[in-house]
Amino acid sequence: MLGMSSLMGAAALMTESDDAKANITWAETFQKNYRLMTPEEKAEAAARLALRYSAQYKKNVTVSTTEAAPGVLMGYALNIRKCIGCRRCVHACVEENNQTRGTRAGEKIEWIQVLRMERGEFAKEKMDQGYPEGLGIQVGGNAYTPAGQVLEGQYHYDPKAVPEKDATYMPIACMQCEKPPCVKVCPVRTTYREADGPVVIDYNWCIGCRMCMGACPYWARRINLTTPVLPKEDMNPVTHYLGNRPRMRGVVEKCHWCLQRTRAGRYPACVEVCPVGARKFGNLLDPESEVSLVLARKNVFRLKAELNTFPKFFYFYD
Amino acid sequence: MGNLVNFTADYTRYVVKGGKAYYTWLAVLALLSAGALYGFYLQNNEGLIVTGMTSQIHDGLYFANLVFLVGVAAGAVTIVFPAYVYHHEGMHEVTVLGEMLAISAVCMVMLFVFAHMGRPDRLWHMIPVIGIYNMPGSMLAWDVIVLTGYLILNFICGFYYLYVKYTGGKINTKFFMPLVYISIVWALSIHTVTAFLIATMPARPMWHHSMMPIRFIATAFAAGPCLIILAFMIIRKNTKMWIQDSAINLLADIITWCLGIALFLTMSEIVVELYARTEHANGLYYLMFGLHGLTSLVPWFWSSLVFMIVAFVMFLIPGVRRNFTLLPIACVLAFVGIWIEKGMGLIVPGFIPSPIGEVTEYHPTLIEWVMTFGNWAIGFLILTILLKGAIGILTGELKLGGSQAARPAGLSGRPHTAPSA
Repeated sequence: MLGMSSLMGAAALMTESDDAKANITWAETFQKNYRLMTPEEKAEAAARLALRYSAQYKKNVTVSTTEAAPGVLMGYALNIRKCIGCRRCVHACVEENNQTRGTRAGEKIEWIQVLRMERGEFAKEKMDQGYPEGLGIQVGGNAYTPAGQVLEGQYHYDPKAVPEKDATYMPIACMQCEKPPCVKVCPVRTTYREADGPVVIDYNWCIGCRMCMGACPYWARRINLTTPVLPKEDMNPVTHYLGNRPRMRGVVEKCHWCLQRTRAGRYPACVEVCPVGARKFGNLLDPESEVSLVLARKNVFRLKAELNTFPKFFYFYD
Repeated sequence: MGNLVNFTADYTRYVVKGGKAYYTWLAVLALLSAGALYGFYLQNNEGLIVTGMTSQIHDGLYFANLVFLVGVAAGAVTIVFPAYVYHHEGMHEVTVLGEMLAISAVCMVMLFVFAHMGRPDRLWHMIPVIGIYNMPGSMLAWDVIVLTGYLILNFICGFYYLYVKYTGGKINTKFFMPLVYISIVWALSIHTVTAFLIATMPARPMWHHSMMPIRFIATAFAAGPCLIILAFMIIRKNTKMWIQDSAINLLADIITWCLGIALFLTMSEIVVELYARTEHANGLYYLMFGLHGLTSLVPWFWSSLVFMIVAFVMFLIPGVRRNFTLLPIACVLAFVGIWIEKGMGLIVPGFIPSPIGEVTEYHPTLIEWVMTFGNWAIGFLILTILLKGAIGILTGELKLGGSQAARPAGLSGRPHTAPSA
């Protein structure tokens, strides 16, 4: 058994020859799944990574292994009436979480999509244009518009100013489901729900099979098709093992509610940057937290609730 | 033990010997295989960015071929089942050839798994004890079990049979027959589980229906025998092995039924999805007519449909089905039609539109085609060698002691040579 694994590891090491990757140690190649490590092994693995990242990005990189705090279950609520579609959250997320930002297709990853949706209009001329055409009695109408249809949204938009008059916005990211379909399909249990709520990935254990990407109903997951492009000067050195530490080629990544921040008592980057306060984050178990207050007082809904994924990401309006 | 060494040595010696045509065929396959090696090298150095896959459409040609070839592997049961359950004589003589095809097809599946993975170097993470195996939750984990099991079963059944024929001994039916029956049921399981793999994802409405497994099996039992008939035709023409008409005729009948069922299921899906025309039908609509002006799969779909319908009509007409000049044409049409339907026509539109409504397209790169043809070539290389060895033993050319005077091999005790020869 050991012979087999060392052989594969050796093959992996031999093929990865450029500088950054040559530093990946044998210990890192053969480490266990993060959840099976003892606290000492976790600390060791994190220290190894910190050393490698510091050398690679020429700055003092820390890799936290802070565990979930007892009595905390993270939750998120988003006021879709307030969102103005500025996409500052999208960019803040990329800066915070060390996503790849190259120019080639497949080298650019964003975890948040702000869907721009048509307001739509119902015109008088369309009133009588029914179907079927030319077959006597017309049983249906054609005066529909895509207004209010979430999945007709478009996140590649570039207006001079926001909000646009004829649009509404619907931000989407990982819903941190309580019953995540992505976790179920993973053949190696590298992705799982942490005790405080977020669904995380051990990037060192992921085999890149992409089953989780197929299973996610919210398109929250991305594959690193090649070695991520992360300029040294832009790299965020405050990282968490299960969070924003730099990823490698061939593994899947996703939003983890900024574990490196939230486990240190801070807000996720998207919450902090939102200029209109549309994003609320907090402890669902604390009745006085912002998110609990939203759930108690507002009309909320979850996206694709019929799939029984039980997201901890709620939409609301006031 | 000594016999096993002799078997291995004789077998190896036999399969490397051949005429000019044999060597040319192997050389062509080797050349194409080199392309696959180059593809693996490139993907290992650059990553999957050398393919046309994206985060939107992250399963492409590799996954499509994987799914299709699982069907081809399962299709081998169309020989084994009639041979051992209905005691079909013509099939009985060639069962082992079906098992050789199954072995080659599973090997190809594994090559495509490697090509598909983002981190093939971490495959050991899936090995129980040193890694983690997500049972029973992960359908992929089940798929690995059934595929590995099927490979082992066919390897044992096939090579045990060949070894016994080689040594001139008697088959131990107490050991052999249970394995054969298990392998018959197991063949169904591999394609069922592969169908479950994609059908159990509500996130992908195009795949999320319970008709998927039976459709997989129907197409598998059409595509698999098509390839087998083609192989049989080539074997009859170029080797001393004679395959009875009755075996080929039975396979043609099986294809006729299964192709008909497959077309019926396609028709059912189209009616159910397009009558209501919900957003969940967008994938199928994209496949058939295009969506938001993007139409790259439309020609694939319609050509597949035309191939399958023409093939079905040809199979339906007894004069064509029993005509061994026209039959291979129908087989090629059906095989290609199903390859498109199960591959590009099923896997890719499952991602279009994406779960958040994004419509993008997938264009396989040259590397992906080189890799795909290369993996097929490696598979055919394995198949050629396995069939050659098996035929050598079945015809009695390859046997312990090696003398030509020994009695002809074969379950029925009759020579497997052509009646005229």
